Amino acid sequence: MQMPRKIRVMIAKPGLDGHDRGAKVVARALRDAGMEVIYTGLHQTPEQIVQAALQEDVDAIGLSCLSGAHDVLFPRVMELIKENGMDVLVTAGGIIPKEDLPMLKKSGIAAVFGPGTAIEEIVKFHREHIKQRT
Amino acid sequence: MNFRKLADDIMKGDRKSAARLISLVEDEEEGCGEAMKLLYEHARGVPVLGITGPPGVGKSTIVLEIAKRMRAQGMKLGIVAIDPTSPITGGAILGDRIRMTELFADPGVFIRSMGSRGGSGGLSSQAGSVVRILDALGCDTIIVETVGAGQTQVDIMGMADTIVVVTMPGTGDEVQSIKAGLLEIADIYVVNKCDLTGAMRTVSDIRSMLDLVEDWHGWKPPVLQTNAREGKGISELFDSIQKHHAFAGDSEHLASRKKAQLRRELQELVSRDITRKIFDNIGMKELDDMLCSMLERKSSPYSEAERMTAELVRKKHVTAR
Repeated sequence: MQMPRKIRVMIAKPGLDGHDRGAKVVARALRDAGMEVIYTGLHQTPEQIVQAALQEDVDAIGLSCLSGAHDVLFPRVMELIKENGMDVLVTAGGIIPKEDLPMLKKSGIAAVFGPGTAIEEIVKFHREHIKQRT
Repeated sequence: MNFRKLADDIMKGDRKSAARLISLVEDEEEGCGEAMKLLYEHARGVPVLGITGPPGVGKSTIVLEIAKRMRAQGMKLGIVAIDPTSPITGGAILGDRIRMTELFADPGVFIRSMGSRGGSGGLSSQAGSVVRILDALGCDTIIVETVGAGQTQVDIMGMADTIVVVTMPGTGDEVQSIKAGLLEIADIYVVNKCDLTGAMRTVSDIRSMLDLVEDWHGWKPPVLQTNAREGKGISELFDSIQKHHAFAGDSEHLASRKKAQLRRELQELVSRDITRKIFDNIGMKELDDMLCSMLERKSSPYSEAERMTAELVRKKHVTAR
């Protein structure tokens, strides 16, 4: 009767925008789904986010950006994750134009949850896509 | 999972391996004991500073300020920040990092947030192992921040060499709520947010309670005032912490305190191991049947527990032969 392992997710706000209502709603929803959610707070650099994720050994990172700088910040986060040899699921949310989606997918972001996404969908996505530890 | 390699990499200073072993230990993954045995021999037993107190009094901000001072002295630091796990969903929001963002990219600081999970005393039951992992990783001091809301959340006592209890003015009967539990374990008292009205009153309330104790065995807890966000009073706090480290290091009570800590840990490890051995052999259906029969009062938790442990002991005898 081995207990299932706990899923750990970091919700991070890269860049300079101060809008974290959405990030907090997602954090709360994942908490209610039984996960441990680490919230970094506002105004983080990609370096800070990736270092924190490494120390926390999270299974997933959720990036939230509403300033329009996602096209620079998100790929930078992905680059640092690769540099550090980390195996972590990365999703994104916020105000992200459709035409940017292919570029973000290509950088390695697994899913983008825009405004109006059902909370259940985000929870389900994490449950289904987090891998076993190797 | 290669636990031996994981332990070796941690002892070489690999942070990613340390982070992973902490997760495995938290999940009580089988085989962690092997890595922990190796690390225990390697760990130096570095000083552990415990910071506790009710929610919202400024513990994380104080941790940040203390950490900055320790970093200025060139010390490598481990910080373990524990927040409560929901007893209903098992989830948790770990938010202590928000106050410590300046330390995120510092290669001399390793911060780990933990949910309290099963632990009831404001501390995760795995926090002791986490401290040892950070010790073996090369941290010179480890700060453990816990929530100490009520009178009984004093588990930090079983781990820290120096305990700082933080409170603040203007919370009514705060002093009442801490006097039975937290008061007895503090080595240093801090009244944070001392710019608020009533700070002196809170300080003198604590002092007058401390005056009732006749013999402090060489260390009477100082009561300090800080305004952590402005950095006020932090130098005095830092001095006090260092003084207490020096005192505790020499104190003849230390060995007996450490022994008591080890004994507690040993008991916990044994009971966890036994519980696991018993429950690993029980299927969901069998367990449910057992619970139903208790519910119908055909059996009792007492008799079932007796039967289960007796069975384990008997099996041991059979295999021993």
